[in-house]
Amino acid sequence: MVDDMKILIIEDDVEAAAYLTKAFREAGIVSDHASDGEGGLFMASENSYDVLVVDRMLPRRDGLSVISELRAKGVHTPVLILSALGQVDDRVTGLRAGGDDYLPKPYAFSELLARVEVLGRRKGAPEQDMVYRVGDLELDRLSHSVRRQGREILLQPREFRLLEYLMKNAGQVVTRTMLLEHVWDYHFDPQTNVIDVHVSRLRGKIEKDFDQPLLRTVRGAGYMMKSD
Amino acid sequence: MRRLKVLLRTTAVRLSLLYVLLFALCAGFLVFYVTSMSESLLEQQTQDAVSAEVAQIEQVFNRSGINGLVKTLERRARQPGANLYVIASPSGDILAGNVASLAPGVFDHEGWISEPFPYQRYAEEDTKRPHVALANVLVLSNGLRVLVGRDLAEPEKFRILVRQSLMVALGVMGLGALVIWYAIGRNALRRIDRMSDASTKIMAGDLSQRLPASGTGDEFDRMSESLNAMLERIEKLNEGLRQVSDNIAHDLKTPLTRLRNKAEAALSGEDTDGAYRASLEDIIGDTDQLIRTFNALLMISRVEAGSAVAEMQEVDLTQITLDCVDLYEPVADDEGLHLSAGDLAPGVRVQGNRELISQALGNLIDNAIKYAGDGDRPTVHVTLESRENTAVLTLTDNGPGIPADKRGDVVKRFYRLDESRSKPGTGLGLSLVEAVMELHHGRLELADGEPQEGAARGLAVRMVFPLAG
Repeated sequence: MVDDMKILIIEDDVEAAAYLTKAFREAGIVSDHASDGEGGLFMASENSYDVLVVDRMLPRRDGLSVISELRAKGVHTPVLILSALGQVDDRVTGLRAGGDDYLPKPYAFSELLARVEVLGRRKGAPEQDMVYRVGDLELDRLSHSVRRQGREILLQPREFRLLEYLMKNAGQVVTRTMLLEHVWDYHFDPQTNVIDVHVSRLRGKIEKDFDQPLLRTVRGAGYMMKSD
Repeated sequence: MRRLKVLLRTTAVRLSLLYVLLFALCAGFLVFYVTSMSESLLEQQTQDAVSAEVAQIEQVFNRSGINGLVKTLERRARQPGANLYVIASPSGDILAGNVASLAPGVFDHEGWISEPFPYQRYAEEDTKRPHVALANVLVLSNGLRVLVGRDLAEPEKFRILVRQSLMVALGVMGLGALVIWYAIGRNALRRIDRMSDASTKIMAGDLSQRLPASGTGDEFDRMSESLNAMLERIEKLNEGLRQVSDNIAHDLKTPLTRLRNKAEAALSGEDTDGAYRASLEDIIGDTDQLIRTFNALLMISRVEAGSAVAEMQEVDLTQITLDCVDLYEPVADDEGLHLSAGDLAPGVRVQGNRELISQALGNLIDNAIKYAGDGDRPTVHVTLESRENTAVLTLTDNGPGIPADKRGDVVKRFYRLDESRSKPGTGLGLSLVEAVMELHHGRLELADGEPQEGAARGLAVRMVFPLAG
């Protein structure tokens, strides 16, 4: 589904990098690999990539310094930071250094893939679009109204934001963690299936009385807005 | 010698040196002032006495002429310690009196001789040091001069005496300062040496060592006491750390073993693809649980270490509570539990970290859903009130509650009540809540909630924060 995406993985664990390369290839994403900070910095500045996946602790130059050096050189390729640290404060330092997203180790590959796809698509993301459309569903960001087949659907403010995020990333997998981060601004594990319940309530509102399902559950990964 | 250098570097010695200097300056000034004052007083007295005598002599001369004057002067001159008396011709030759020789030119002017002058008495062979005197010259009507003077040896003696006592006083002061330096400096050094000996032992790993205190309650004792309190805390933390690593060993190894067993079982059996798949999914589920436990542990130790303090700011506790309840409300509803946040004081602001407070509150709501959700018409009520200087966030449920004697235990890491072992969970939820409350300088309180008929006593969990500002 993403045919022409090319990413660079900067990761010193060769086995993990080989696994990632293979898994990304199966998902239709071409990836290069650099095993240390200096090499990664060189490759990222010489070639053009859609997304950089950067491990935080790297030999010869640490991940954060690679990112800030790239940003200083004017390279604005979206960066996803992988880190074994993974606490609130580390996340903040990572994003401050110029990273666009942050994923603590250990992670599920489906989570990494979903985030990389969203970051890679961001180039042409309709950030300025005031109306999002998926099939016959329409969301107006200005008037905060949602219509399907011209019929108005009433949503709670939180449900509206949930739908907004899902529609903005329509056609892409959105994980539960991504929803928790972007809709609720939480970065902790809520233990229970809180997100699933919110999504199923939203689904009830936008799909009840209509034939065509729009909000799909992607098994083992998350959700996706898509019309056939 | 080296020891002396160390001694000289102590604060006590530096201070006493400064005091000695200051005191010597003051004493010097005082002595100078007193001597100059008394000298001028003495001089004044001498002058007054001489003036009076000159007036008498003039009277005697007027009454009984030169013979009477000579007689009077001779009588006076014979008295011990007498003044100087000289009768001289207008040319300055000594005619009578008790003086053998005088500095020349003394008789040139009438009245006070401005400078003290040297002279020599009769019957005094000692010419090593001529005497010095101050004198008044009277010119009689017949041209003769009469000199009345006073020897300056007495004020001179006084000055020498004062100077000597100043020397002695300064000497005593210096000596005293030296003794005090030595006593105080050495005492301080010895006590500091004892403290550094003790700290060396502590650094070597013996955390049960304590710094010595003399029991006098002085500044050294106070320092020892606060350092000992610090050591106590460190020892406690260290003990806690060891306990935790023991717990980690147990609580992470058990699921790891289970994981390994499952993988082995899947390998050894001749299963279908579907069964393999199920086994693998099971294994991933177990792994996720392990990761969750691990993350919770890391989180707690991070919070306890206070490394998140940098991210503290003034936050709206009311909004945080609303957001969190909003997140959990649907899932509680699905579980048949009524979660409501009715009584929230508006705009309660505390100094804190939104993420951590939300996570702590989330843990409490999750606990309520898990443990109070089985009852008859279960409810969880969230209230927030500000009392005096604190904000109190309370979750009250009507579930089974926690027996009073177990309330201290449930916040310990990995501790789970026997009744709750069947439920999923890490046994770390309340530990995190407590760590978060400690980071916020608040506290976690557990009490009875809304009692139901029957066995349920309910549970009220209170998060008490200090108000911002």
